[in-house]
Amino acid sequence: MSVGPILERCRAEGRAALVGYLPVGFPSVEGSIAAMRVLVDAGVDILEIGVPYSDPVMDGPVIQDAAVRALAGGVHLSDIFTAVRAVSDAGAGALVMTYWNPVLRYGVDRFAGDLKAAGGAGLITPDLIPDEAAPWIAAADSNDLDKVFLVAPSSTPERIATVTAASRGFVYAAAVMGVTGARASVGDAAEALVSRTREHSDVPVCVGIGVSTGEQATQVGRFADGVIVGSALVRCLTEADSEEQGLEALGALARELADGVRRGRP
Amino acid sequence: MTTSQAPAHGRFGEFGGRYVPEALIPALEQLEEVWHKAVVDPEFVGELERLQRTYTGRPSIITEVPRFAEHCGGARVILKREDLNHTGSHKINNVLGQALLTRRMGKTRVIAETGAGQHGVATATAAALLGLECVVYMGRKDTERQALNVARMRLLGATVVPVDNGSKTLKDAVNEAFRDWVANVGTTHYVLGTVTGPHPFPEMVRDFHRVIGVEARQQVLDLVGRLPDVVCACVGGGSNALGIFHRFIDDASVRLVGFEAGGEGVESGKHAARFASGVPGVLHGAYTYVLQDDDGQTIESHSVSAGLDYPSVGPEHAYLLDSGRAEYQPITDVEAMEAFSLLSRTEGILPAIESAHALAGAMKLGRELGPDAVILVNLSGRGDKDVHTAAQWFGLIDDDGGTRLPDDPGAKGMGEQL
Repeated sequence: MSVGPILERCRAEGRAALVGYLPVGFPSVEGSIAAMRVLVDAGVDILEIGVPYSDPVMDGPVIQDAAVRALAGGVHLSDIFTAVRAVSDAGAGALVMTYWNPVLRYGVDRFAGDLKAAGGAGLITPDLIPDEAAPWIAAADSNDLDKVFLVAPSSTPERIATVTAASRGFVYAAAVMGVTGARASVGDAAEALVSRTREHSDVPVCVGIGVSTGEQATQVGRFADGVIVGSALVRCLTEADSEEQGLEALGALARELADGVRRGRP
Repeated sequence: MTTSQAPAHGRFGEFGGRYVPEALIPALEQLEEVWHKAVVDPEFVGELERLQRTYTGRPSIITEVPRFAEHCGGARVILKREDLNHTGSHKINNVLGQALLTRRMGKTRVIAETGAGQHGVATATAAALLGLECVVYMGRKDTERQALNVARMRLLGATVVPVDNGSKTLKDAVNEAFRDWVANVGTTHYVLGTVTGPHPFPEMVRDFHRVIGVEARQQVLDLVGRLPDVVCACVGGGSNALGIFHRFIDDASVRLVGFEAGGEGVESGKHAARFASGVPGVLHGAYTYVLQDDDGQTIESHSVSAGLDYPSVGPEHAYLLDSGRAEYQPITDVEAMEAFSLLSRTEGILPAIESAHALAGAMKLGRELGPDAVILVNLSGRGDKDVHTAAQWFGLIDDDGGTRLPDDPGAKGMGEQL
């Protein structure tokens, strides 16, 4: 089921949606699913379920580290669907975020079918642009899945038009030029990019990369339809001394972020 | 992605494409536009030709190697001497072109990945020549086995960043270069060192190296009076191979044979033979053959040669394989080092270990084809950078770098290898 209705509901509540990212398989498959449930309980509206990949060129050190450890721990692509089912059952939107090669290897149509069957909403594809995505677009359309493509501060009006026209669910606006990871401030570039994107389309625009605190969630939530947080959440798990402590830190940060998006538009 | 249709923009058959983050698309579009305009601009073409002539030392010569050829079934073996270029390999051809484009784009900083260090050295050289800031990413493992090239790059004013992620080799250096590029694309051009990556890199890098084959074809005609039967080249990413192959593609009688790093043997799993055991997939922006597992995770490659130690290969090679125009064979570490030793001792030419894979291939093909055959080998680089690796391989130095004398029982000596 599309994440569209979730974003509409948040909009009706006068707030941005909170979108949280975690990779499957860290600290273990079960451990990552438990962490995703903690996020949903804490008020995360949409989960980005990350596929650990050996060559994550869009990710900074925190997510790279988690991916390396997840892969070393033996996570497999099939575990993704277990996590999707769990998140969907917990009541949040379940989007899978993946580099393209794992999907290609699995088979694009087969992946789309299995994702749909597990209750997944769709895919976020950080290294797949619409121009190269014909097989995925066809598979997504026939399975009624969301296609979340990205825009960046460097995107020209022509590129924004191409990306928004191909996107369903939302458009992922990269707040800064660079890889994933917390930033001290999420610059004006993000707000400008959101408004440039809205000139082309009514599809919701969620902002990610760099957001790590409730205060930043508030700030971004004022102008975006959704606030995406990844590395800051992952770090709660990778830096924890124990799984329990990791889940505790994760829940606390997610509650802070959930409060943050609710304070955005008084 | 069907092959029956005309190839799409930026593709070789079904291979190639542009699988990168959206943030980089404007830079790739700009690069493509600036490149297309430059190659028809007499000023750009003239400056590149001048640099090739007065800086690189082009045209590079060809050398016939009869003493080496005795070990190649008596076939005539002719080397295209890219090792004699300034900086010691073919890499300078591409780098000068891209450095000039960097200046045209108004960018002030270049970044590069490097495996053996040859592309990093070439990039550092061009950056020094044109006054550009230069940062080179290099896997930690490669900085150790190619320490001399690290020092060379630093002497040329470049910053060398060792990469500790993943396999700590070329693939991870490419990842890190992409990360830098996404963050700094406004001021920075990524001087990609081979014929892979997102469009337009595979086509552009090939065209900057095409001069190798253009020169060699005429040189062989002048020397032998006919085209060679086979053109041999080693294939890591595949830039020297495409550089020498491309002018021969329409010469149907000429076999084009690329030699991949077979490492410890394809059956050992420790190799970089993408065509022997890889399957098509996406890595570093291109759809091509990739060493990968059933989940689409990249499998680490292995080779004695840092420059061939890469789990993917240029997409045009994938197309040449699938279309049947070129063939690819693995050469093991042992075979390559034998050829390295043989050329050194029979001809007084120390080849790069990368290029030694092509020499080992010529030895096999020559024995197959016999004395009537003419084999052109791209000697893509010189072996100065490999002296340490080779000396260790042949037991000429101990693990601490000390000399082993011939009466030392641990010293194998190169003579005994032959």
